[in-house]
Amino acid sequence: MGYNWHWRVLLETEPGGTGTYLQYLVVGLGWTLATALAAWVLALAIGSVVGTIRTTRVTWAVRLGNLYVEVFRNIPLIVQMFLWFFVMPELVPKAVGDWIKQMPPPWGSYVPAVLCLATFTSVRIAEQVRAGVNSLPRGQRMAAVAMGLTETQAYRYVILPQTFRILLPPLTSEFMNIIKNSSVALTIGLLELTGRARAMQEFSFRVFEAFATATVIYLLVNLVVVLAMRALERKVRVPGLISAQSMQAGH
Amino acid sequence: MGSFDFNVIERSWVYLFREGMVFTLTLTGLAMTGGIIFGTVLALMRLSSVKALSRLAGAYVNLMRALPLVLVIFWFFFLVPYIGAWVTGADRPISVGAFWSAVITFTMFEAAYYCEIMRAGIQSVARGQVSAAYAMGLNYWQTMGYIVLPQAFRNMIPLLLTQTIVLFQDTSLVYVISATDFLGAAAKVANRDYRLVEMYTFVAVVYFLISSALSMLVRRLQDRIAVFR
Amino acid sequence: MISLKDVSKWYGSFQVLADCSTEVAKGEVVVICGPSGSGKSTLIKCVNGLEPFEKGEIRVDGISVGDAKTDLPKLRSRVGMVFQHFELFPHMTVAQNLRLGQMKVLGREESEANEKSLKLLERVGLLAHKDKFPGNLSGGQQQRVAIARALSMDPIAMLFDEPTSALDPEMINEVLDVMVELAREGMTMMVITHEMGFAHKVAHRVIFMDGGRIVEDAPKDAFFGKPRSERAQVFLSKILHH
Repeated sequence: MGYNWHWRVLLETEPGGTGTYLQYLVVGLGWTLATALAAWVLALAIGSVVGTIRTTRVTWAVRLGNLYVEVFRNIPLIVQMFLWFFVMPELVPKAVGDWIKQMPPPWGSYVPAVLCLATFTSVRIAEQVRAGVNSLPRGQRMAAVAMGLTETQAYRYVILPQTFRILLPPLTSEFMNIIKNSSVALTIGLLELTGRARAMQEFSFRVFEAFATATVIYLLVNLVVVLAMRALERKVRVPGLISAQSMQAGH
Repeated sequence: MGSFDFNVIERSWVYLFREGMVFTLTLTGLAMTGGIIFGTVLALMRLSSVKALSRLAGAYVNLMRALPLVLVIFWFFFLVPYIGAWVTGADRPISVGAFWSAVITFTMFEAAYYCEIMRAGIQSVARGQVSAAYAMGLNYWQTMGYIVLPQAFRNMIPLLLTQTIVLFQDTSLVYVISATDFLGAAAKVANRDYRLVEMYTFVAVVYFLISSALSMLVRRLQDRIAVFR
Repeated sequence: MISLKDVSKWYGSFQVLADCSTEVAKGEVVVICGPSGSGKSTLIKCVNGLEPFEKGEIRVDGISVGDAKTDLPKLRSRVGMVFQHFELFPHMTVAQNLRLGQMKVLGREESEANEKSLKLLERVGLLAHKDKFPGNLSGGQQQRVAIARALSMDPIAMLFDEPTSALDPEMINEVLDVMVELAREGMTMMVITHEMGFAHKVAHRVIFMDGGRIVEDAPKDAFFGKPRSERAQVFLSKILHH
């Protein structure tokens, strides 16, 4: 094929002097995971709230929730990333905007990336929470309430524990999605794994070694997350409770 | 609030749409077509009783679904010239250009997602249909072609269309290989005229309008199909 | 104990209950029957406030159910309900299902709740299954647990919404036996059912509903011997000959 493989490049020192290329990429993985985790936690919080609101009967709240979902679902992720990085600092009060703009790298890229990924993913989580809550038979809430439990108690002891088990698979696959989507943050200067693979390719001209290593790392992360999720699912499994087998059409 | 000059949108309107949006829509159309065709092939492979075929297709699909699209875009951007050289027997990598690299990338990538939709669709066609077809004397290909796939497609059209809307939005990622799609064109104008806020807001609004309009059409189509059941 | 006066309810413009009035005295067992869609389930759900109603008055032990100031959870804790689809909490064991209401609503200590739960499970013949999950039990077993769960709250009355309709035929009797025993011990019961054998055995009165109205409300013998309304006669003849 006319390409000379040169895997030893991974052990060569990267131009910035921080260590070998391999270490350089692994640090990128660290940034990927740091971004993904922060965004996922935030997305869970926002998404649960929005998703639960949309199952209530408060019309104005449901409409607001629907609008939120529609907006963040119909704009591409990279465009949202640019909005958070370039546009948001200009729209907030000047003092806040200036403070944001002088944040040193990498925080100047990290914070917008986390916020962007969080809101982007919260929409999908909101949908899954709504579907999960609605998939629970109506009789469960009725039985809880018929016993004399208040609405809050019913949610706490009966509805939410079951919803959590139903939602475990989709929520974990959302975490995988955030890990993949974090790569888009390279466009605003966040040096996560893919961004560093690209940088490595530019400095060392070792195109395929760089991207192949990144690929292997992503696959390993994927494997670990999938195995961990399966173990967790097995641990909380309850006979007779069907978990939502939703078809994941989209990434 | 500062001084925003939204006239920049007016001035670059033609460029944005004639160059940028045309790029985006063409890429989407070609990738959708190629992706569905290749996706159907993958689905048939995965459902085949030949272990080697189903494992190969399965590995491909799982690989594409485990990697970030940005990484895959880079892969094909650098890989396609080499494959081109190998195919044509040239001694140097063939320069392909951002557009065709993107077409190949998105076709190959989205095929994995279309495959899963197709697979579920094919499996959702009742077994009794296949039995009846075989009992009549039809062979595998005839059964697939006349009985199963037509029904599967009707079931899966809303999901295929939704995935295409996702594809439409994903094409914006060609930014990373400096292609001039709608976003890329807007970025060029934004940086040239130093009007980042105006341009990127405009891009967001346009994508929002197109995507939500398409989603609404798909929903209406879904309701129509449901009536026929 | 339970009194309904001119209860009416609408879903939008559709009237599901029309001027329903009846009384259930302490210790009385009232069977409610009628074609599906006649409003029986809705009516019984109004009694413990699971469904709101627009007109009329319902009182349980003197407390008005429709009054906005009524403490509904407190009222519901005193009236037990058994559902057609059992509605046990699948993520809790049988014993935990019985303890939840006692501890969280009645505020009993765990040991006390436990003791009561075990006694009730033994009463319905399911003590051996106390640590199993509902998913591991048959329908008949689940429903008996559901009855025990309702009894764990020491209710003054019990409401049954077609308790055996979702059961396989061979399991219906094990549940009916528990209900018969309950009736014989003097529990006030409102039971929606098509099991006329049960009605014969322990019911004091039978109510026939059709189209949201109480069409017939008579002592058991009168109802079975000579129902006055034609619709009740037709209905009875259909279900007694299946």
